[in-house]
Amino acid sequence: MADVNRGNRPLSPHLQIYRPQLTSITSILTRITGNALIVAALLITWWLLAAASGEGYFALVDGIVRSWFGKLVFLGAIWAVWYHFLAGLRHLYYDSGRGLDIPTAEKLGWACIGGSVVLTLITVIIL
Amino acid sequence: MVQLTLPKNSRMRVGKTWPKPEGATNVRKFQIYRWNPDDGENPRVDTYFVDMDKCGPMVLDALIKIKNEIDPTLTFRRSCREGICGSCAMNIDGINTLACIYGLDEIKGDVKIYPLPHMPVIKDLIPDLTHFYAQHASIMPWLETATNRPEKEWRQSIEDRRKLDGLYECVMCASCSTSCPSYWWNGDRYLGPAALLHAYRWIIDSRDEATGERLDQLEDPFKLYRCHTIMNCAKTCPKGLNPAKAIAEIKKMMVERVV
Repeated sequence: MADVNRGNRPLSPHLQIYRPQLTSITSILTRITGNALIVAALLITWWLLAAASGEGYFALVDGIVRSWFGKLVFLGAIWAVWYHFLAGLRHLYYDSGRGLDIPTAEKLGWACIGGSVVLTLITVIIL
Repeated sequence: MVQLTLPKNSRMRVGKTWPKPEGATNVRKFQIYRWNPDDGENPRVDTYFVDMDKCGPMVLDALIKIKNEIDPTLTFRRSCREGICGSCAMNIDGINTLACIYGLDEIKGDVKIYPLPHMPVIKDLIPDLTHFYAQHASIMPWLETATNRPEKEWRQSIEDRRKLDGLYECVMCASCSTSCPSYWWNGDRYLGPAALLHAYRWIIDSRDEATGERLDQLEDPFKLYRCHTIMNCAKTCPKGLNPAKAIAEIKKMMVERVV
């Protein structure tokens, strides 16, 4: 690599100035939902561990998990599961070399967003 | 590595506001990134006002008008003014494109112009493309052959020639690579959309005889596989090409040759 930083050259702005694109937003959301789901899985594990460790402790943890805030977190997790699932399918489709023209890719992006919201609503209604 | 904020020496400050043109009724505001290597200051964003009744239709027309009539120190690359040399690539209104073929009427509100993102700045709107060019050179952008040279040219069928459409048109302006978040964070090792599109252009050339070697060279967690189909490249390409698709085709070939 050549000496690209002679004279303390500044780095040009990037995230600060680049306009978010539908394709880039749906891409980073896949990663964010994936990581958030690890936290949700840990919460469930905590809940199960509490159930195994004693009545008093379970009552405390159960109270937190079933509070309005806990329910909100798990509603988010349901959406995250669906979004991550749909975005994963989209990635699989991309990997087959299809759907990579911008109009199709943007339709698929909206399908992931819209689809995950609809599937979340259906899940909530059924449960 | 991912670093979401700018280094200290790169943070932008509010710059100078240049006077409005006298007697003009149709004035537009331009906000342009400035950095002078000689004054030791941080980059700044200057504000200019251009009389649109006396300005050409493209962003480059406005830049040249500012340089000619308001501030001769404003520095940018430009040459062909018809989208074929790739010199005037910059970040305009939040996307990377060529100033010469991007119409001022395509922009709503003030016109914001920055150099290509996440690159070392030489001056104002001029990024250092040394590493970008070195990456292009690394993919062997030429015909590699083993068989004897034919008496005349290397012949190619019309169908095989057609496979190069959508690839050979690339003018190496670096808009795609510098729009790619993966290239921002890992540009030292990830080749980026432009170099990979060129790699594919030679891989599928029916006359080239080094396909295996080319694929071997790209078989690397960083060089090729930092592409996560974010697709900023295809979205921003001023020539309407699709590097994301070319990269997907290379990934497919990688799988196909092992199964």
